[in-house]
Amino acid sequence: MQILDALAQGILLGGLYTLFAVGLSIMFGVMRIVNLAHGDFAILAAFLAILLVGETSFPVWLVVAITVPAFAAIGYFLQRTLFQQSLNSGPLSTLLVTFGMSIVIQNALLEAFSANPQRLDVGQLATASFPVGPIAIPYIGVLGLMLAILCIVAIELFLRRTATGRMTRAVSDDPDTARLTGANSRHIYGLATGIAFGAVAIAGLLLAARSSVEPTAGSMRLIFAFEAVVIGGLGSLWGTLVGGLSLGVVQTLVAHFDPSSSILAGHLLFLLVLAFRPQGLIPARSL
Amino acid sequence: MNTPNSLLIRRSRRSSNLSFVALGLVAVGLVMMPYVVYQSVTSSMVMLFVLVIIASMWNLLAGFGGLVSIGQQAYIGIGAYTVIVMADLGVHPLIGVFFGALTSAMLALPTSWLAFRLRGDYFAVGTWVIAEVYRLVMIKFQFVGGADGKSLVGLSGLDPVMRSALTYWFALGIAILTVLGCFWLLRSRIGLALTAIRDDEVSARAGGIDATRIKRIVYLVSAAGCGLAGGILVVDALRVQPDAIFSVSWSAYMIFIVIIGGIGYLEGPLIGALVFFAMQQFLAEMGTWYLMLLGVLAICAAAWFPKGLWGAFSQKTGFRLFPVGYHVAQRFDTPVDSRAPLFRN
Amino acid sequence: MTTLLSVQEINVHHGQLHAVRDFSLDVNDGEKTAVIGANGAGKSTLMRAIAGTHRPTSGRIFLRGEDITDLHAGRRVEAGIALVPEGRRLFRSLSLEENLLTGTYRKRRGTWSLEAIFELFPWMKERRAKPVARLSGGEQQAVAIGRALLSNPDVLLIDELSLGLAPSIVARIYGMIPRVVETGCSVLFVEQNVAQALSVADRALCLLEGRTVLTGVASELERSEVEDAYFGVAHGRGGRKERNSDADS
Repeated sequence: MQILDALAQGILLGGLYTLFAVGLSIMFGVMRIVNLAHGDFAILAAFLAILLVGETSFPVWLVVAITVPAFAAIGYFLQRTLFQQSLNSGPLSTLLVTFGMSIVIQNALLEAFSANPQRLDVGQLATASFPVGPIAIPYIGVLGLMLAILCIVAIELFLRRTATGRMTRAVSDDPDTARLTGANSRHIYGLATGIAFGAVAIAGLLLAARSSVEPTAGSMRLIFAFEAVVIGGLGSLWGTLVGGLSLGVVQTLVAHFDPSSSILAGHLLFLLVLAFRPQGLIPARSL
Repeated sequence: MNTPNSLLIRRSRRSSNLSFVALGLVAVGLVMMPYVVYQSVTSSMVMLFVLVIIASMWNLLAGFGGLVSIGQQAYIGIGAYTVIVMADLGVHPLIGVFFGALTSAMLALPTSWLAFRLRGDYFAVGTWVIAEVYRLVMIKFQFVGGADGKSLVGLSGLDPVMRSALTYWFALGIAILTVLGCFWLLRSRIGLALTAIRDDEVSARAGGIDATRIKRIVYLVSAAGCGLAGGILVVDALRVQPDAIFSVSWSAYMIFIVIIGGIGYLEGPLIGALVFFAMQQFLAEMGTWYLMLLGVLAICAAAWFPKGLWGAFSQKTGFRLFPVGYHVAQRFDTPVDSRAPLFRN
Repeated sequence: MTTLLSVQEINVHHGQLHAVRDFSLDVNDGEKTAVIGANGAGKSTLMRAIAGTHRPTSGRIFLRGEDITDLHAGRRVEAGIALVPEGRRLFRSLSLEENLLTGTYRKRRGTWSLEAIFELFPWMKERRAKPVARLSGGEQQAVAIGRALLSNPDVLLIDELSLGLAPSIVARIYGMIPRVVETGCSVLFVEQNVAQALSVADRALCLLEGRTVLTGVASELERSEVEDAYFGVAHGRGGRKERNSDADS
């Protein structure tokens, strides 16, 4: 029975991982870049929300409604300026730029908020659960999984049903030719990064609502997100969901027997997939 | 018509020959240091040598091999732990350092089988995960102290001043060896192949170069170098702590040094390490602000000055300390009219 | 006839290569102009410079008198220029229909709609959902042309339509060019096959090492004359046509 409980918790945790991974997947799919500060931006969003809740009398929903679009806008702006500049500077540049950014964000957060873990206060939602048979399902976990699925559905609809989404896929295939059919690839890149940043902000807020976060938590979030993407298969959003869920389940199940090995087990799953199924569990089309 | 015979191709210029003499003098000066300055100076310079080693290795990997890794701390850690374990078995730590390089290279081989399945940016994060795996596995072993780490035996009997000087010379020697090793490697056939791959991997493969094999060799060499650095660190500190030795900060340092100094130039890591070392000496007490400054500098350099300090300097002056490329030493000009028609009638 | 597209004295560099030198050209309304030249003559670079994916180092490009030199490729599509790139370059993860629809991104008004393209190439309709990788080379070329037409261009640029295609298929695809011109669109196309080019075009010009070495009305140009220009054989034969003096150097 406890195993069943661990399984359920693992799936819900996997939902959160997916939410982190979706942005990484999008940015790699469209621009072929990995944002090494991806996790740190999530933590930054979380701390901004914590600050807003603490300093103003805004309700949490309003804080979320401010933070998430703000991060999408930051993403668009960063892509149009710094990331685009580094894309022009050569293939290694974006990695190095985002790595530098990760260091800056972590240390800025340490400076501003100290190393103490903090939590986003969402009241009852953080602890409430409902029973399904013998196991208790936390609302916040279900919210995370639903948001992850919702994000993927929304992005898929955007990519497949809108003209801009179609052009995003075209840019991902061949940016040069996409320009010839009218695309402004920089704008499209900006949109993709905006989506990724919006998604990762949601993930950061949810993380901080479930458990307390410290300023340096971003690196581990990036690694989990990355593992989810690779396990699921590069370039497929539904694959990313499968990857996120697998990672969550493996970590939680192993933690049930030996808590100190849980993260290592997740890494090993990643290495196993890399060794025996490098195309990922759900082989991709491109985007 | 221009024929290859009308060009005289050389590798080194007179300035390079002079610079070798100058470098030799610098090396002699560095060797004399323990007799001249306080022990605190030489012991902080051990760190400089470690930085030179790991940055040169990262430069070899990323700047020449195109493999951006943020997981080289794995091999620093493995090198360090090898020294600890060998010392327990009775091997002298300074000998153990070389075993550290060997273990690192040996573990790098199976690691490369996995990591090389990831391309480009994903390779970077993949190596980071693998470094984490090494750390997490290492803290499972109680005989090396688990998460607490372990002290080094075998050097504690030595007089502290003598030990410090010995460590200094040892680190200096390895640093010189590493830099010369890179120089030699890049002038060898492997260096030629690397240049070809860097310019155009597809053509290089078509030209019969086994690009994956070449990259794997570079990866192994780089792992061995980082293993040496890890060994020096443990000989210097006399203990190892897993979270510190496997810290991703090492990668941050390597990247910063190489980017600031100039990626893809052998001189880059030397310049970058000096800059970084100086900043560390003067600014480290600023703590997080110092690290933020490093981050901002790295961002600016990577986005706007991808060639770094040495790249900018050598582009202006044409000066190279380590001539690994070729240049035209003399040209016997035959006027060639490129617009001359192929056929005349 | 009024001048639609006017290229004035452009120079284009491809890395260190000076690919197009002091090139000028006027394309009039409803005109079919062929650019002929051997491999490496600078034809593709020229097309890309007009379409806006390759910036000229000097010179200006005008469309209906408006200077478009500083517009990026996407804006030039909006202004009325569309290029069918060399080698088709379809988007491999998009279906046939989606590939066509990328042409409508800038929403220019005009005669070309998805239905009009399906009328021009009836086979496309029932295979609209197919991935483009399953199409033959000729079919892919048709999709690439359809994609460009859907942006309702004033000037359609076509780069090496015949590349890798069987002659009968090439002839069939060229066969639809008069239909395109009927809608009021001018066509500027690159072709290596001299006979093919002269049979379709109103006017032709020959590029050699980035320079125009011969221009003239297609029906008045003789094939041997064009071939000489093609290979850079510049001397002999009467100079009835306008001829660039650079050709003799």
